[in-house]
Amino acid sequence: MDMKATKKKLGLKEKYAHMTRGLDWETTYQPKEKVFPQATFEGIKVHDWDKWEDPFRLTMDSYWKYQAEKERKLYAVLDAFAQNNGHLGITDARYLSAIKLFLTGISPLEYVAHRGFAAAGRNFPGVGPRVACLMQSIDEVRHAQTQIHALSNYNKFYEGFHAGASHQIERLWYLSVPKSFFDDAFSAGPFEWMIAIGFSFEYVLTNLLFVPFMSGAAYNGDMATVTFGFSAQSDEARHMTLGLECIKFMLEQDPDNLPIVQKWIDKWAWRGIRVLSLVSTMLDYMLPKRVMSWKEAWEIYFEQNGGALFNDLAKYGIKVPECIAQCTIDKEHQSHQLWLTLCTHSHAMGLHTWLPNAEEMDWLSAKYPNTFDKYYRPRFDQLRELADKGERFYANTLPMLCQVCQIPMLFTEPDDPTKICYRESEFQGEKYHTCSDGCKHIFDDEPEKYIQAWLPVHQVYMGNCWPEGTDPTAEGFNPLAKYLEWCHIDLARDGGDYEGSSDQANFAAWRGAATQNT
Amino acid sequence: MSTVFIAFQINEDTRPIIEAILADNPHAVLDEQPAMVKINAEDTLVIKRESIEELIGRKFDLQELQVNLITISGHLDEDDDTFTLSWKN
Repeated sequence: MDMKATKKKLGLKEKYAHMTRGLDWETTYQPKEKVFPQATFEGIKVHDWDKWEDPFRLTMDSYWKYQAEKERKLYAVLDAFAQNNGHLGITDARYLSAIKLFLTGISPLEYVAHRGFAAAGRNFPGVGPRVACLMQSIDEVRHAQTQIHALSNYNKFYEGFHAGASHQIERLWYLSVPKSFFDDAFSAGPFEWMIAIGFSFEYVLTNLLFVPFMSGAAYNGDMATVTFGFSAQSDEARHMTLGLECIKFMLEQDPDNLPIVQKWIDKWAWRGIRVLSLVSTMLDYMLPKRVMSWKEAWEIYFEQNGGALFNDLAKYGIKVPECIAQCTIDKEHQSHQLWLTLCTHSHAMGLHTWLPNAEEMDWLSAKYPNTFDKYYRPRFDQLRELADKGERFYANTLPMLCQVCQIPMLFTEPDDPTKICYRESEFQGEKYHTCSDGCKHIFDDEPEKYIQAWLPVHQVYMGNCWPEGTDPTAEGFNPLAKYLEWCHIDLARDGGDYEGSSDQANFAAWRGAATQNT
Repeated sequence: MSTVFIAFQINEDTRPIIEAILADNPHAVLDEQPAMVKINAEDTLVIKRESIEELIGRKFDLQELQVNLITISGHLDEDDDTFTLSWKN
């Protein structure tokens, strides 16, 4: 008997169309508005969900196949890392501060992103975005897990990795910055979530976090981080595309959507830029061997790439966010101002800071010819002088936080880099403080939301951040020590200056032992 | 004119992919960085399945690109034969 010729396989576009058009159904037990209660309250009008097109056109079987391949590659490298003293291969244990900040500040966000995309997928009435959100939700939980697995190898040897991904994100003052960003997005509706995370964070900003930083991890010999970073990043291209598709979709569906989308873009661009100031210190100060300055990364990935994007969105009437003028000034100052603050508060942190050495300061002068020598070198020189006399300076009061971005008031006025910038708003008879025009604008638009912010410094002063049973009236009561205990930080091991830390001593001893027989 | 780009991890899988992209897009510029390459191109960048298959001597599914992909910029249009990034819309 002759074999029948098999029918030609379906093409990519046909397979995707079957998955995202044919598998949906109309509800009959309940009206559609009751099944998708969050689809309309934000004011976004959608007339035809079938206009949604995911250009990657990934089907579930391909998704599992490629994700499985990525996992196999990743875990092979993690085994090799653990089996070959990977923890000694890094340039310098100072580098680990960047990784501790990543584990404590970024990995928990991956987990929240997982929950947020699961919720968005549930709440969109259209099948195209539902499928894309499902895949992204699974990606995000994979990122949280692989980051924690990869970095757990360092936890066997170094301080400060013990409680980061779960416990400290809820408590530490500098981690409330990234946490509040995701809390703000998750407590909005599904469309705003997509602009906040899918567009602003994934499309406009994620390159600044993952690309130069992961390249920096490679430069600094950190095989574990490069591998999870690139593995996560391989999903990001899909996430960025989802963010961009979502914004185009909203703008094409109805002209009334434009002002809503523009407001969200303005808000989330500024919120994202503020969160990324933590990354600016990673690039300029924490990597012992540097790839590019924050300013250079900003110019490539924000100014050029974001510029191309906003040129393209102009045809829908989208304007470049107003905060860009401020950002162009800030890129020369941001990392230096934040690192100075971290250096003088690392006695209240779960990672080490240090004063840049002479060679590092020369690099910073070369990268920031307009600002570093004029404003920041003298301050590092003074801190160095004090440290050399055995009087390393730590600020002994807690800084005031911005009600919106939750960063301490440390950034300066746009027209005067020697004057701290703060803004004040009044709501229901109470005063609220923000760090910038951008954050004030966001506060004033939704004060009911931001007055509920959980600000760590306020909470410490209210006595809410001590272990149970603490008696603040006891003799010799030390509020900072009790706060750190509540955060699961042992200051002698986890915080303070890198000079004289156990990470420094252990790294020197073990690296010595790895290359000698005595 | 705006720039589109695509970045890949550097490894044996991506070597022929990068070679094929550069051959098919003479206007593209290669930017080599630690552990990765970024390919920048004015306006449009096209990745062709056939060109990659020619170099690796086997069938290639363009979705395999995702395993080693780091980032992209521009609007994407993907079908069975081409993976196109552009700002022309």
